[in-house]
Amino acid sequence: MLERVGAHAGGREDTIAPEPFALARDAAFPRPVANVLEFNAPVHENWNIVHTGMLVPEAHQIYVCSDNCLRGVVLTAAEMGASGRFSGVTIEEHDLLEDNLESVTIEGVSDVIERLPARPPAVMVFLVCLHHFVGTDVDYVYHELERRFPDVFFMRCWMDPIMQKTGITPEQRERKAMLDPIQPLPEDGRLVSVVSDDLRLPDDSDIARLVSEAGFGLRQVQDCATYDDYLGLGASTLFLTRSYFADWGLRKAAARLGRRALYLPPSLSFEGIDAGLARLAEALGVPAPSTREAREEASSELDALAQELEGVPVAIDYLAANHPLELARTLIEHGIDVRRVYMDAVSAEERDALGWLRAHAPELELWSTIHPKLRQLPRDAGDGWLAVGPKAAWFLGTSHFVNVIETDGAWGYSALVRIARLMREAWAAEKDARALVPRKGLGMPCVCQLPR
Amino acid sequence: MRQAYQILPVYTGDVSGVCSALFELGGMVVIHDPSGCNSTYNTHDETRWYDQDSLIYISGLTDVDAMLGDDERLVGDVVEAVRQTSPRFVVLVSSPIPYQVGCDFAGIARLVEEHTGTPVRYLATNGMHDYVRGTGIAFEALAGLVADAAAKADAATAAPGGRPRRGRAVNVLGMTPLDFAGGNAPASVAAFLEAHGFERLSCWAMGSPYEEVMRSGEAALDLVVSATGMRAARVLHERLGIPYVVGMPTQGFSDALAQAMEATLEDGACRDARQDARRAAIMRRADGGEPDADVAFVGEPVQMGSLAAALAGAGARARVVSLLEDTSKLMDPALGDAAVRGEEEASSALAKADVVVGDPFLSSLPGLGGKPLVRMPHLALSGRQWLLEALDPMQVNIVELVGRARAAQAAELAN
Repeated sequence: MLERVGAHAGGREDTIAPEPFALARDAAFPRPVANVLEFNAPVHENWNIVHTGMLVPEAHQIYVCSDNCLRGVVLTAAEMGASGRFSGVTIEEHDLLEDNLESVTIEGVSDVIERLPARPPAVMVFLVCLHHFVGTDVDYVYHELERRFPDVFFMRCWMDPIMQKTGITPEQRERKAMLDPIQPLPEDGRLVSVVSDDLRLPDDSDIARLVSEAGFGLRQVQDCATYDDYLGLGASTLFLTRSYFADWGLRKAAARLGRRALYLPPSLSFEGIDAGLARLAEALGVPAPSTREAREEASSELDALAQELEGVPVAIDYLAANHPLELARTLIEHGIDVRRVYMDAVSAEERDALGWLRAHAPELELWSTIHPKLRQLPRDAGDGWLAVGPKAAWFLGTSHFVNVIETDGAWGYSALVRIARLMREAWAAEKDARALVPRKGLGMPCVCQLPR
Repeated sequence: MRQAYQILPVYTGDVSGVCSALFELGGMVVIHDPSGCNSTYNTHDETRWYDQDSLIYISGLTDVDAMLGDDERLVGDVVEAVRQTSPRFVVLVSSPIPYQVGCDFAGIARLVEEHTGTPVRYLATNGMHDYVRGTGIAFEALAGLVADAAAKADAATAAPGGRPRRGRAVNVLGMTPLDFAGGNAPASVAAFLEAHGFERLSCWAMGSPYEEVMRSGEAALDLVVSATGMRAARVLHERLGIPYVVGMPTQGFSDALAQAMEATLEDGACRDARQDARRAAIMRRADGGEPDADVAFVGEPVQMGSLAAALAGAGARARVVSLLEDTSKLMDPALGDAAVRGEEEASSALAKADVVVGDPFLSSLPGLGGKPLVRMPHLALSGRQWLLEALDPMQVNIVELVGRARAAQAAELAN
């Protein structure tokens, strides 16, 4: 249910919010600014379903969709130099008249597989919104494909953005499908796996340290070089993820495998980090770790940063941090002048952070990144600003920005320290936003030629 | 299977085509779509998005809206966005789901227009066609507006055809970054017109503001530089009697094109100058022996046909292969042209070629089999993949490029 706070809240009623931002004191939950016609900024460093799917080694992706939908994903694969692991089947009008898209899906996917230079061990088939709306018999499609290609594991994925706002999202379904091939192997009671996350967890992260100190081995999906390596994750005793989008599928997979699963939200508040580490310790069967030293190190970094940035306005975006409001709170608590957060929805995990900001930083501006007026507003705030994230950099027109997504894979206090250091570096040296932010899938290879 | 793509990406879709055509004209385009169309367009199909503002949005269609046929949200959102951003006009386009559920766009357009007083049109896309269709129908709609305005001018002067006409004024039809991403194509075509004593009246639609485009009815001639301009050319010819010439001024063909334009000014007949030039080259060759090479030009047929015309004049057998929709009338099988669908047909069409000219993605087609490829990156196919290598086709010396490619292959074989 929507919660409206204050007289000027930008929550949805019958009209578009006149301004593309709301003050924290007025911000509605979950959407500070109403979601209406959507603008799309030329900042594309976030991962999409193509990037994520490429984490399954040797798997081939096949999208069955109309031209216009196919183009974005086929060129995503091309731009990361992975065209060889990608194919498409186009849906045309006549297909809608012939049957419920079963024929074009089965024959198209079969044709692609037959023509591949080598048979992949796994194929991710992405069906789309149209398959929902014409009532495709999805089970029949996959049964037939499995009959024709018994040596291939079919991962049942979706590219159905029409469900993005009201149901299980394509990202959630994909992450579940990516776990489906993993079967229970003899359990290694000392093996923890990190699955379904886009970016690799750094070895010095709070999670990796605790796992290691508890005497467990840690395997990450990004470390799997082959499909067999990937299937080897089935020996894990505990599966971890830091991705909200993975939690739904991981819980199902863990139940199927008879193993434990743990979702550690990418919190950037001290309390949230401590809570996450305590849950991890419990899952590992060890006492909750003392975080005093890590807190002090993070505080020390942030305090020093605040001194360096005295008088410098800071903006944060949701690409740089999955919990941007928690990051804003933590920075503000340490004396950093956070003025803006660019985000379009507040997750339930950040509701407390929003409450804190309403009370303690009521003038903080929560900016939409898709409001129609953003296309026309000047983007010339300039180099006097420090942006944490590529979208904030574009909207502000600053060359001082931290160019990361998803806290660069870091988690916990080490993530805060890393962000603080990156902010210091960003303030000290300019970057060419135009050459950087339009690229797709930061962290993946990029072989395309961006405009200069 | 024709619809399966393992090697080539698909061409830019019809939705992006509309957006590209109207980008610079001060209107608003609303794509009725859940998500993705806008990102695909501005990432892969539009080189102007980072620096130049244009009111192009998606509606954020949800499953519930689609299933319940709730158009009120769309109407309300567009009306409010129009009030806040003041576009000159609004265009609604459709993606697959609104098409499939039979969304009443004509009714929605009327409602928005009633509420805002801003002209609103629906352009019938569905995401299942390529950009030639989308860009073409957008320019066709513009041509309708131009013709309407001209008709009003006629009425005001109480004499059909009484509107002012400029003797050597030319509209350039069919220019968007989708086909002209390299160099400075608007400047190149303007320079060609000036060099041959023509006046550039408008350029649809790069570098011409809306007011300039709306004066297009004053032109004596339309120059169609890509397939996307054909629909508009036909409307302006049928309704205003403005004749058109098809062709792009490439090096080695531009003089022939200028002569064709002069002839059309004289007799008022529409001409396809590229095909005429290629046929003339074949006639000349009939007296002088067999061509020394088979060169296949793959891509947008007016551009590729104009390059082929330049090469045909130099003694090669130059033919055009197009995978694009709505282009078959621009192809002549008697000249060896082939309108193909899908990568298997494309591969077959290239099997007999000695040299291929086209986008670098073609190099992976089995039909190429190691043949030399003259790389001409095409934004509408490969997006940003080789964007910095994209050439202004009017500045290309195709004879030299093909010669170099053949020489390189010969040297390789010799080694």
